[in-house]
Amino acid sequence: MGVNDFEATELRYGGFGPVSFVMRKGEILGVKGPSGCGKTRLLRALADMDPWEGEMVLEGRAPGTMPASQWRRRVAYLPAESQWWFDGVGEHFCGAPDSAALCALGLEPEVLGWPVARLSSGEKQRLGLLRTLINRPAVLLLDEPTAHLDAARAKAFETLVAARCAEGMMALWVAHDPEQLARVTTRGYRMAAGGVWKEAEAWT
Amino acid sequence: MDVIALSWRDILLAAVPLAALAAVFAWRGCGLSRTLLIGAVRTFVQLALVGVVLKGVFQNAHPLWTFCFSMVMLGAGTWEVARRQHRRFSSGWTVGLAVLGLFTAGFTVTVFAVAALVGVRPWWSPQYAIPLLGMILGNTMTGIALGMDTLTQNAWKQRAVIENRLALGQTAADAVSELRRESVRTAMTPIINSLAVCGVVSLPGMMTGQILSGSDPLAAVRYQMMIMYLIAAGAGFGSLLTVQLCARRLFDSRERLRLDRLSA
Repeated sequence: MGVNDFEATELRYGGFGPVSFVMRKGEILGVKGPSGCGKTRLLRALADMDPWEGEMVLEGRAPGTMPASQWRRRVAYLPAESQWWFDGVGEHFCGAPDSAALCALGLEPEVLGWPVARLSSGEKQRLGLLRTLINRPAVLLLDEPTAHLDAARAKAFETLVAARCAEGMMALWVAHDPEQLARVTTRGYRMAAGGVWKEAEAWT
Repeated sequence: MDVIALSWRDILLAAVPLAALAAVFAWRGCGLSRTLLIGAVRTFVQLALVGVVLKGVFQNAHPLWTFCFSMVMLGAGTWEVARRQHRRFSSGWTVGLAVLGLFTAGFTVTVFAVAALVGVRPWWSPQYAIPLLGMILGNTMTGIALGMDTLTQNAWKQRAVIENRLALGQTAADAVSELRRESVRTAMTPIINSLAVCGVVSLPGMMTGQILSGSDPLAAVRYQMMIMYLIAAGAGFGSLLTVQLCARRLFDSRERLRLDRLSA
């Protein structure tokens, strides 16, 4: 295992687990399981947003070796519903989003000048991804990221994440759709009730 | 000129309009007459008790009595702050932070007032220290209660926003910076309003009292100005301090939002 990998060992969080897995640079891991089995909670624990026990290492460093905010920029959690707290869309971006990425997701650059009230839930979901990608995370934690998107937009979303992973990013992709998981992930895990964690043979 | 003293009979007479109001409330079925009457009786009992105690404390001026009386006020103020919270921190943190804020801001400002400003000797003289502390503590209490409540209520409602901001790599302090500002603003609103309308729309109680008891209006006005400035400072520093500390208590050492520390 190289130093660039992400590793979670015997992770326990909020009554779930233990969960163990490793990721190598460029990999997209899928996670599938019934509602309420602790998938979202796993992503939150990985981003150090909920208390957890066990071990996590990113590029040789544990979360405790850096401020929590820095860890969360490296291991970035994209919630299922992105939140917008200012009036204007652009105010939520600490830096300009990649215009090629904006275009790839089917968004016009003008969208940054819009009021948030004008955004559809699909636009919010795509802008939420761009906002997170500005931090250049090493690991992206995706929670049902294309739930509000039609098939074409979902494909564009998948392509953008895959392109970033080809450049060395890692992703953990939680989804219900087996076809999407088969398309985007290299391998993955199934989660059963209570957070029981097993390597998935094939997505069905 | 001596103040015209009110007899207990006069107090009974003053209660007549209140009793009439309670009767009207009962007649209209507002369901308010009971609480109104209980409030009136509480006012009577509490003030009568305070009068008796103050009389004793003034006649036997001693720093220990002033201290005891101010501790009782601190306790009552803390109780009131806690009572006004919709969501309290677990394991006594609400009470602890309220005491800290009230004590730090209220007592500092009062000691400054009696020792450096009014310059009464000895500085703990109950006749000055107790009423000044009462006014300053009362307003500081309102500020702290409002600030804390605004912060915890909004943190509860905006959980998703705060956590999304944390997920984007903001520090805990950044993720609630607007909330903190808004809480202090809410805490300061009553006092800022009364600074603006004082003397025009309302004649403050203390000033009225002094004038009624025969003081020169200009002397009374100067006292009132001092009080207004002091209570604004007390409420402001008190709410700033408690909002800051409460905002910290909302997060743990890994800057996770810990709403499980709040209970309704």
